[in-house]
Amino acid sequence: MSWPSAPSTLGGRRDPDPGARRAREEGARGAFIAFLSTLVFVGLALWAILTSEAWPRVQQQFFNPEAFAEVWPAVISGFWLDVRMFLGAEVLILFFALVVAMARSLRGPAFFPIRALSVVFIDLIRGIPIILLILILGFGVPALDLPGVPRSPLFWGIAALVISYSAYTAEVYRAGIDSVPESQRMSARSLGLTQVQTLRYVLIPQAVRNVIPALLNGFVSLQKDVSLVFVLGVREGVREAQIFNARTFNYTGYIVAALLFLAVSIPVARFTDWYTERDRRRRQAMSA
Amino acid sequence: MIKRVTLLIAVFSVVAAACGESGAPDTTAPGADDTTTAPTTAPTTTPDTTAATTPDTTATTAAVGDECAVENLELVSPGELTVATGEPAFPPWVIDDDPTNQQGFESAVVYAVAEEMGFSADQVTWTRVGFDEAIAPGPKDFDLNIQQYSITDERDEVVDFTVPYYVTQQALVAFADSEIADATSIEDLRSYALGAQIGTTSLDYIEEVIQPETQAAVYDTNADAKSALDAGQIDAIVFDLPTAYFITAVEMTDTSIVGALPASEDQADRFGMMLEEGNPLKACVDQALEALRSDGTLDALAEEWLAQESDIPILSE
Repeated sequence: MSWPSAPSTLGGRRDPDPGARRAREEGARGAFIAFLSTLVFVGLALWAILTSEAWPRVQQQFFNPEAFAEVWPAVISGFWLDVRMFLGAEVLILFFALVVAMARSLRGPAFFPIRALSVVFIDLIRGIPIILLILILGFGVPALDLPGVPRSPLFWGIAALVISYSAYTAEVYRAGIDSVPESQRMSARSLGLTQVQTLRYVLIPQAVRNVIPALLNGFVSLQKDVSLVFVLGVREGVREAQIFNARTFNYTGYIVAALLFLAVSIPVARFTDWYTERDRRRRQAMSA
Repeated sequence: MIKRVTLLIAVFSVVAAACGESGAPDTTAPGADDTTTAPTTAPTTTPDTTAATTPDTTATTAAVGDECAVENLELVSPGELTVATGEPAFPPWVIDDDPTNQQGFESAVVYAVAEEMGFSADQVTWTRVGFDEAIAPGPKDFDLNIQQYSITDERDEVVDFTVPYYVTQQALVAFADSEIADATSIEDLRSYALGAQIGTTSLDYIEEVIQPETQAAVYDTNADAKSALDAGQIDAIVFDLPTAYFITAVEMTDTSIVGALPASEDQADRFGMMLEEGNPLKACVDQALEALRSDGTLDALAEEWLAQESDIPILSE
């Protein structure tokens, strides 16, 4: 490759690959400019914040080391409950959502009631704000006083999350199933596989691979939504921060909780990107 | 062009002068603040010497009188007293969620304070501010906020409170036919599931005094706590006493007050109106509240709006 018109070659020096050299130079210059502008931008933003008249007060209320030390044990123990909740709920969600998606993907008039049921479920649940679902199940069902039905707010809070997220996740699965070429289904059926076997051994494995990034995205969302069970009185991480805030009018607990949630969601986000990129390369290699 | 520049300079200098002038009264404000704290603390610490301090007090009130005249107050909305309360506001503090009807203890206290300060009832404007919004740092869009804020030292660092308009204690509410209803001491309560509203002295009381075996459940509102009690998720709720009276008598008639919870003098739940940190209005509101306390108005309003039976058992420590 040659760039006869490139100004760098006009100086008389000979370069085996002037284009690459120029790209390198521009890359270095670009990086330098990016660094400089970031420095100026961040510097200005920090300067504006730190010299603002209200900063000492904001610092005292949001970034207070004493408050941090005081609130940390409560928030971390509450956050541990969050972690257990979203891990447990995610397993249940992945399972139930798959069942709902499979029910919705069955073909033929005989399966109409099952299809209809799953459509109604998805429409109903997706239409209800999650917080209302938590309140309705969490306070409503135990108040019925039915024998053998659990009363625990934690149980019903997680049940509401699993139900709500299953409806969304079922749609993610369905998109994955629909993305598998129709010829796959027909081939499997012509080999004598039943509908369920076709789903189980042919469609689902391909479908899941297509939607893993979307599933991980839902998982990141769930990580934060589990804290909503605090409306039922459950003392998870965000609630502990709120309790501290309401008692002292200090917001440092919220910063602590936010950092903890970031500490788990950022790795998942990075993993999702890494996985998506690897999957893309593999497919390119296969099709090449 | 030059003319325009000189005109600009003239405008600027006028503005600067105006700023300088308006800045002047600010610097005198802290001085006035100091003088008003003297009469408010004097009677409480040395009640016997009231006669001796009387001339002093009248002198200072006269001096501060100008500062607290309606036209001299720095208000969010000039000429109006903007008072915030919760959304919704609950009885017996505000009746029918309408603070303007002057019914309910807090509504009645606000109109009494306003009148004492020289406002007419029409000059009281109500606004609704959520708890989180009200305590957020930065300028407030209300002069006073009244929603049973308990005065604590920690809170006092970031906002200002008036002197208390009501002092109460905590009480335990449970279904009348439940096991916990037979409790007679704090010790008896430890094995039960207890709940309270977030940010209340009731919650602090559970955690610091009762110290139950299972962690206290914490709710956004008293309404949620009642739902949880109904759902059998908790055995009892701690409320401030007036709220406990109201709930057992009106809202959940199958519940009863198990007992009032014993508290030392410094554990008493003192309700104050909340103001922005450093608001000079505090001194004037304090003065009005002190006047209403000494002429018996506050007690009369409490008697009118807050049920006060005397046969409530006090749980032993």
